[in-house]
Amino acid sequence: MKPTSATTAASAASATGATSAPRGRPPASAWAYALLVALGLAAPFLTYPVFAMNVLCLALFASAFNLLLGYAGLLSFGHAAFLGAAAYLTGLAVKVWGLPIELGILAGTALAALLGLVFGALAIRRSGIYFAMITLGFAQMIYFLVLQANWTGGEDGMQGIPRGKLLGVFALSGNLPMYYFVFGLFLLGFWVIHRTIHSPFGQVLRAIRENEPRAVSLGYDVDRYKLLAFVISAGLSGLAGSMKALVFQSATLSDVHWHRSGEVVLMTLLGGMGTPLGPFVGALLAVALENYLASYGSWVTVITGGVFMACVLSFRRGIVGEVLALVKRSF
Amino acid sequence: MIQVLSGQLLIGLINGSFYALLSLGLAIIFGLLNVVNFAHGAQYMLGAFAAWMALHYWGVGYWWALVLAPLAVGLFGLVFERLCLRRLHGLDPLYGLLLTFGLALVLEGLFQNAYGISGNSYPVPAALEGGTNLGFMYLPRYRAWVVLVSMAVCFASWFVVEKTRLGAYLRAGTENPALLQAFGVNVPLMFSLTYGYGVALAAFAGVMAAPIYQVTPLMGSGVIMVVFAVVVIGGMGSILGSIVTGLGLGLVEGLTKYLYPPASDVVVFVVMALVLLLRPAGLFGRQR
Amino acid sequence: MARTNRHLASTAAATATSTAAPIVQSAAATSAAATLTPTLALLLALAAFAAAPAAAQVSDGVVKVGVLTDMTGAYSDLAGPGSLVAAQMAAEDFGGKVLGKPIVIISADHQNKADVASSIARKWFDEQQVDAIADLVSSSTALAVMPVAAEKKRITLLSGPGSTPIAGDKCTPYNVHYTYNTYAMAAGTGRAVVNQGGKTWFFITADYVFGKSLEADTSKVVLAAGGKVLGDVKAPFPTTDFSSYLLQAQGSGAQIIGLANAGADTINSIKQANEFGLTKKQNLAGLLVFLSDVHSLGLATAKGMYLTTAFYWDRDDASRKWSKRFFERHHKMPTMVQAGVYSELTHYFAAIKAAGTDNPDKVMAKMREMPVNDFFAKNGRIGVDGLHRHDMYLAQVKSPEESKYPWDYYKIIRTIPAAEAFEAPDPACPQVKK
Repeated sequence: MKPTSATTAASAASATGATSAPRGRPPASAWAYALLVALGLAAPFLTYPVFAMNVLCLALFASAFNLLLGYAGLLSFGHAAFLGAAAYLTGLAVKVWGLPIELGILAGTALAALLGLVFGALAIRRSGIYFAMITLGFAQMIYFLVLQANWTGGEDGMQGIPRGKLLGVFALSGNLPMYYFVFGLFLLGFWVIHRTIHSPFGQVLRAIRENEPRAVSLGYDVDRYKLLAFVISAGLSGLAGSMKALVFQSATLSDVHWHRSGEVVLMTLLGGMGTPLGPFVGALLAVALENYLASYGSWVTVITGGVFMACVLSFRRGIVGEVLALVKRSF
Repeated sequence: MIQVLSGQLLIGLINGSFYALLSLGLAIIFGLLNVVNFAHGAQYMLGAFAAWMALHYWGVGYWWALVLAPLAVGLFGLVFERLCLRRLHGLDPLYGLLLTFGLALVLEGLFQNAYGISGNSYPVPAALEGGTNLGFMYLPRYRAWVVLVSMAVCFASWFVVEKTRLGAYLRAGTENPALLQAFGVNVPLMFSLTYGYGVALAAFAGVMAAPIYQVTPLMGSGVIMVVFAVVVIGGMGSILGSIVTGLGLGLVEGLTKYLYPPASDVVVFVVMALVLLLRPAGLFGRQR
Repeated sequence: MARTNRHLASTAAATATSTAAPIVQSAAATSAAATLTPTLALLLALAAFAAAPAAAQVSDGVVKVGVLTDMTGAYSDLAGPGSLVAAQMAAEDFGGKVLGKPIVIISADHQNKADVASSIARKWFDEQQVDAIADLVSSSTALAVMPVAAEKKRITLLSGPGSTPIAGDKCTPYNVHYTYNTYAMAAGTGRAVVNQGGKTWFFITADYVFGKSLEADTSKVVLAAGGKVLGDVKAPFPTTDFSSYLLQAQGSGAQIIGLANAGADTINSIKQANEFGLTKKQNLAGLLVFLSDVHSLGLATAKGMYLTTAFYWDRDDASRKWSKRFFERHHKMPTMVQAGVYSELTHYFAAIKAAGTDNPDKVMAKMREMPVNDFFAKNGRIGVDGLHRHDMYLAQVKSPEESKYPWDYYKIIRTIPAAEAFEAPDPACPQVKK
């Protein structure tokens, strides 16, 4: 998908860090990031920690998805498979095999990356809607496997996943220590995405998204780049899934359902695809909507649908994209 | 053994013809307008509800509903295309997909609010009640009716699009709308009508489904995935492709339900993945 | 102040990171010291004041019950908003207060998602001082919320779910499984139908944990009563088109087709069974059917079907009286789940009153000690595993001609006594061993 020029300019600006700041001072984006990190550190005191952790997990998921959609231009309809599969494996590893949580998270992330490698290798050959449908097909197969397998608990899901101890020392059963652990992992995942975007590899990805034939004619092995982006995206989605399993201490079918795949598309679109912080804003809004409208029942579906439509019709750049465009226009 | 198998295959064929009818509208909309209509399931639900509402509130029976419901829902589709879809013309078709996905959520949410989830019963029309005993199975008359009508509508649509002048205009409009408009054809109106027709087909399938399945707000989302798979396997530009695939898939599903039922949900996707890997544009598709 | 009371009143140590506890402890420790600073004196006074009337203690000054149910999804008709109405009626009928403190009822929609249910429960317990959660229709959400509640020592009063492991290996000391379980449904319908002559069975089962457990329990009962199970077919959950499975059921030649599924699956299977003429030669046994399902299907389609229920609105004068009041507010007659919510909450409030405190351990003990005697159940008893054992009823759906007034759907064939309907406590449940 081709985002508009505003987002390209904005991401280019943040890529080089060359805004209108005078020499010697850190660019505006660095201040923005510092502020957000500070907010993140203070978050459990400002709001319900589990809500904040939920936002972080989904924000990482959406950011990983954004890497694929916003920067490589590939719309995947099956990303829930990576989130859910990792959640279940982490649950299995920690609850049944008794592994320490670090290994559990590593296992989940590795599984998601492996699935990404297999699915990606097969799906990359096609593009556009066909690519999306193949990823959907694969995700449905994962859903089926999860539903049928005994150890996943089927409809009931896996419950009572212990949070264990970090490094064998810090107990994570309280919400506060768990929050900081999750925040740390989120920062790690986000840093990986940031480095990927602002590297030569990221530049090539963008080139492929903007004009694939030209990239091919320049001699780039386009399929290899796409596949690598897919694997990174899948792996980080898996990390988000593993985190989620430990936060909620459960892994359920809704983590692998295609609705979850649709949700992540919504979050990325709403927040602004192709922008680094868009998915975070999208995730924040989506979780807030779900929480505060929970008492309104099916109005949530109507409102979500309405927001989706409004976004696609008028706010294709998403919230962050629109804000950046406004800033650019005003200054 | 042969007896049981014949029964299962016939059921598969019946379901397959229903899939073909349902995917026809989607194939037409994508083939001619390059729009992935994710609201197809919701529009199918609208058709079923329109039939039920017509009966429940105004006493209008099945035979009238077969004509009126598609007209009403088709009109709604036409208006939607004119107001919303047109704005996305020329953009990546995936935006159209996302817009219609949003529409589906809105429609399903509204109906869920109004009618709850258990849904409503719609009676089989008196003339089509009962059935015949074929020896290896009992064939309800209504199901036979579904097969006949589905096949008739499918082939009529295919004929119009592929073999008539109107169909030629439609296909030309996809390839080069500016040129066609220069010839004096009202291309935007044609597009709206095409979308309306595709939606009307979905609603028609909904009316046909009402007596067999419960009329519930989520009946569309249960079936949309299979319909998409059918259209993708058949080749997204090809009407004949989706008809043949619908039938074929019904058969495959029927066999799976007999041999290994738990997989009957997922066999569609396995087939889809296989087909897409071997034949990139689907079975009958044209490379776009 | 409220927090302080709670920690004094409760005997178990809370895992909450409250800072009140250490202050109280240090106050008690320094009471023996000679010098008392003003702050310590104040704290001592508070501690003394808090310690004194240990009799009527209600945490946070309010008894808050959260009705966590499916408001919009597949189970919204059998539980959902009706469960909330039942809860509100229970609070009002009890006088709106217990031990002088108000009863507050809140609700939320878990959309049949286990993770949504457990986050709402967590939030309610951590932030909104909810003392008990009621209904929790759908076994997956119940199984997700029960461990959270047990960890935070709050009570769960289940009315909607049916999985037998809830009082078995998944049981917790703070859980009550009130209305029915799959064994009771199986035992009732299975045994009764076999005794009525339906000896050979074929199952159409929803292929997930609940459906499989329903089939397993019923098969056990059918075989024990001298019947035979000719086969089964496991349909994916959910399924809309049952024609293929019904054909297999027809081909088996069994007298009875057991429907080990629920909700929309059951409704669709019954409708299509009629369509394919199955009901001419074979009989359907719905293993989990609610009044709302029969209402949705209509008597013409559902007539003659056997089912087991914990409650029927038209059973006797007491149930009729209550149900008519319910009808005035909800405009539909109550299902057994909704009636169960009213009854369990009334029992809960009565237990708080009898125990003189809302301390979870004491209240649970009282709930098990006091029998249930109301329009819902006579001499019902909550066991050490949390399962409420009460009489069940075997019913048959009336034909349209037999039905004389709206909602006149069932004829009660037989009362199944509690001892027959429910199994003895499962030793897999840790509390049973004690």
